[in-house]
Amino acid sequence: MLIFECPYCGVMAEETELTAGGEAHVKRFGPGSSDEDFETYLFHRENPKGVHFERWRHANGCGKWFLAARCTNTLEVFGTYPAQTTRPPEPILEAIRAKRPGFQWRDLA
Amino acid sequence: MKRYSAFAVAREALRDHTGWGRAWHKAQPKKRYDVIIVGAGGHGLATAYYLGKNFGITNVAILEKGWLGGGNTGRNTTIIRSNYLQDPSAAIYEKARGLYETLSQDLNYNVMFSPRGVMMLAQTEHEVRGYQRTAHANSLQGVETEFISPKQVKELCPIMNIDGPRYPVLGALWQPRGGTARHDAVAWGYARKCSEMGMDILQKCEVTGVRTEGGKVQGVETTLGPIDCDKLGLVVAGHSSVLAEQAGFRLPIESLALQALVSEPIKPCMDVVVMANTVHGYMSQSDKGEMVIGGGTDGFNNYTQRGSFHHIEETVRALIETFPMLSRLKMLRQWGGIVDMTGDRSPIISSTPVGGIFINCGWGTGGFKAIPGSGWAMAELMAKGHSPLAEDFGLNRFVEGRFIDESVAAGVAH
Repeated sequence: MLIFECPYCGVMAEETELTAGGEAHVKRFGPGSSDEDFETYLFHRENPKGVHFERWRHANGCGKWFLAARCTNTLEVFGTYPAQTTRPPEPILEAIRAKRPGFQWRDLA
Repeated sequence: MKRYSAFAVAREALRDHTGWGRAWHKAQPKKRYDVIIVGAGGHGLATAYYLGKNFGITNVAILEKGWLGGGNTGRNTTIIRSNYLQDPSAAIYEKARGLYETLSQDLNYNVMFSPRGVMMLAQTEHEVRGYQRTAHANSLQGVETEFISPKQVKELCPIMNIDGPRYPVLGALWQPRGGTARHDAVAWGYARKCSEMGMDILQKCEVTGVRTEGGKVQGVETTLGPIDCDKLGLVVAGHSSVLAEQAGFRLPIESLALQALVSEPIKPCMDVVVMANTVHGYMSQSDKGEMVIGGGTDGFNNYTQRGSFHHIEETVRALIETFPMLSRLKMLRQWGGIVDMTGDRSPIISSTPVGGIFINCGWGTGGFKAIPGSGWAMAELMAKGHSPLAEDFGLNRFVEGRFIDESVAAGVAH
């Protein structure tokens, strides 16, 4: 079972307390954008076999959305951070780089 | 290759079964093939088989990073049905179901197709209306289904508690010619025929890169060395995004874990397949007597081929309300497979932005039932560049907004 530390209430929350919310840091393209951008925003996801950044909600807890770095291949959790962030915090990226040399996710490396 | 028959069984019985040959040849990669199929699961092998059978293309290699039929083909709950709502889905799934009817004869391999009937329980008023609509749609599509009453449900499946209180059975969508088949045998039967036609099945051969030049495929890099090809078919389910990235394009796919479990074997108690969407479970009894139970998917991206215990608890907790007799059963095994989900829960059978590369993926939680139809359409697409069965399942439907919305089709949480 996955265990995340909720960055707001500090609880070590188990998977059953949480709701998964899909990929994090998705850039929104709305009316007026190109077809390609709109399609990418709506449907295309990274779906990596490896480190992934995701949205989670502490549904059966404080109820707030947060972001997490997790490996989809080993289920290892590298850390969680508040949702009001456009880029993962440096300490989390450092932890990932140390364990996964050569890691890449969109323009993050 | 020797034909399997009653006579062959008798002959081998008299000589201690020493005369059975290998079902498929052990192959070494050639330098070049006309067509390479990546993924020796049901869909990949069926594609190769129909390329040979329908189009005479036999200079084909099927590459598999693990072992043949070891992915979702060996991990599903073996249910076959075609009671879909949308016309393109009904067409391809009914094609597949029809091919299953005679697959054992076509392949000279007993795939144990058992059209025992599939019922999808309606346990809320909403589902009643939904399934009545599907039954009407199916009548127009030429798919034989009907909406049956709770009394008929009880007659067909006496072990069910139809009274609730929490999940009363209000009726069911019944497809009498749906059923199950032996999943491994489907892969093995196709593999044997592919090998007989001279195709090479290369197991433990992982694709590590796709070579392209001027927007056209040249070949693949594998753990057994580079192999050239004219056309490349990617049929790798959960790992589609990984291979697409190697080929240089992206897919509207997310990979999730779906799990299933089986109970200890018991005496025959249920001779139909029951799917219960409201409680997120579906069940049939295998020929060995095990109750085969399918659960829901995880809500997050996952490449680990295992499940999680709280999902088993959820699935079983809900199922025992409808099947009280399950409460005393011990569960024997539990496993997971990686399913490739699209936004509209319909598959992708399509050409790709790279010339000569075709993709067949996105079957999500319900690929096994589609194997023959999927292979049929994919082979036609690869051989002729166009397939009537596949044309609505192209990648461009996501740009154009022509979804084939089947998001309630599989009957599991997704």
